[in-house]
Amino acid sequence: MRIISQRIPRKLPSLAVIFIALISFLFCCRSSMAQESPYIVTYDHYLEEPGSLEVEYFSTFGTQRGGNDFDAFWTEFEYGATAWWTTEVYLAGQTTFNDSTIFTGFRWENRFRLLQREHLVNPVLYIEYENTNAADKILKEVEGHDVESDYAASNAVLRQEHDHELEMKLLLSSTFKGWNVAVNPIVTKNLLPSEPWEFAYAIGASRPLALKASPNRCNFCRENFIAGVEMYGGLGDAQSAGLHDTSHYLAPVVAWNLPSDWTVRLSSGFGLNDNSHRLLLRWGLSREFSGFGEMVGRWFGGRP
Amino acid sequence: MKTLFAFFLPAGRIGVATIGIVVFGMNVFGGARALGQEEGAAAPKHKRSTYAALAEAPQKAKERKNPFAGDTQAVAAGGKLFEQHCAGCHGEKAGGSTQGPSLLREEVQQATPGTLFWTLTNGVVRRGMPVWSKLPEPERWQIVTFLHSLNSRSLNSQSPNSQPVKPILH
Repeated sequence: MRIISQRIPRKLPSLAVIFIALISFLFCCRSSMAQESPYIVTYDHYLEEPGSLEVEYFSTFGTQRGGNDFDAFWTEFEYGATAWWTTEVYLAGQTTFNDSTIFTGFRWENRFRLLQREHLVNPVLYIEYENTNAADKILKEVEGHDVESDYAASNAVLRQEHDHELEMKLLLSSTFKGWNVAVNPIVTKNLLPSEPWEFAYAIGASRPLALKASPNRCNFCRENFIAGVEMYGGLGDAQSAGLHDTSHYLAPVVAWNLPSDWTVRLSSGFGLNDNSHRLLLRWGLSREFSGFGEMVGRWFGGRP
Repeated sequence: MKTLFAFFLPAGRIGVATIGIVVFGMNVFGGARALGQEEGAAAPKHKRSTYAALAEAPQKAKERKNPFAGDTQAVAAGGKLFEQHCAGCHGEKAGGSTQGPSLLREEVQQATPGTLFWTLTNGVVRRGMPVWSKLPEPERWQIVTFLHSLNSRSLNSQSPNSQPVKPILH
């Protein structure tokens, strides 16, 4: 069997060209400090600012019983189309140790704010199309009867199975006295007619370490840190709903919003039952650029 | 040990390439010229109706008092927050840009602190201003304090005991 990672070097030049082209888009953009939430799986109701592009890189190290540990990684390009619509593209890959590194697919996500003003609970509709293979291990959501043993096979075997899925979430989120609480019920449908609807959940709570900003620009001010916890897992499918044969995780999370416009996120997820990976260590790095949409509009002759 | 070591390194060659290029590009070019930063006379004039959202604030919200009124520390903190979160659309000197209206106009400067706080909290989503309730309440009041400091007469008139505040715009 051919080792897939041997193909990677030939793909790298084209990848580099793509990324250099994308970065060139950013030459004229202004960076802007975002107040990013610490969640990695859960979503709150805050969308990307209109015209802003956020570039994010995430990595997830997972332990694997009955197989090799892995490090899955993905890059997100998140764009605020309007104040009520954010669209996002993910490119994902993974390295399974003692196996190979492969590209595992892409996702296209859209989030729509349903109400114009702030309320006690704020709903946002989330719709995502996924084109991935079964070797995808980013565990951005844990659905249906997803369990640890699903990921034990080699990449060569897993990548043979292609998934086209539609995923919908209702993002319910509330912020009060600095605390954010978010609840995301999730339904997923593999576009094959024979596959059942799958159910899942993600919930999270977080709070900045200080609610008042200090007058000086500083890296280590308490208000730059937001800490919290999130919990996520599967709830079975339409044929067999419930908690049996599902996996669940509890993860303390922290975000560090730097004045230099970078955000660092860390998360340590612990499996809550025997079907779960014992440990999912995640980190992410992101930066937001405002004015991206206007710049692209000018390039194509739009009115400034 | 081998797997842990691998975790701390970016995973795979794709990851290395992505991080390297993104970090290089952002560090070298991230501070380049801002778009939409046309302030003062060059800034496009926004219609008076742009400010109509201020009138939509409920009376109870309009009457809320700014807990930081006259606090010079809050002005400085609010100025920092404005630069970080608001200047991208409203201009570094709050004079407006193609993306957001001037905040130096009388409609804004004469609005009550509660009105500005309500607008900041709820945004004007249909006109492109996002909600800013993700900033904690004290930080939103600090921004309101800063905005009123742009017209120090306005600030002084609301807080008789306060010291005159000098705008900290660059």
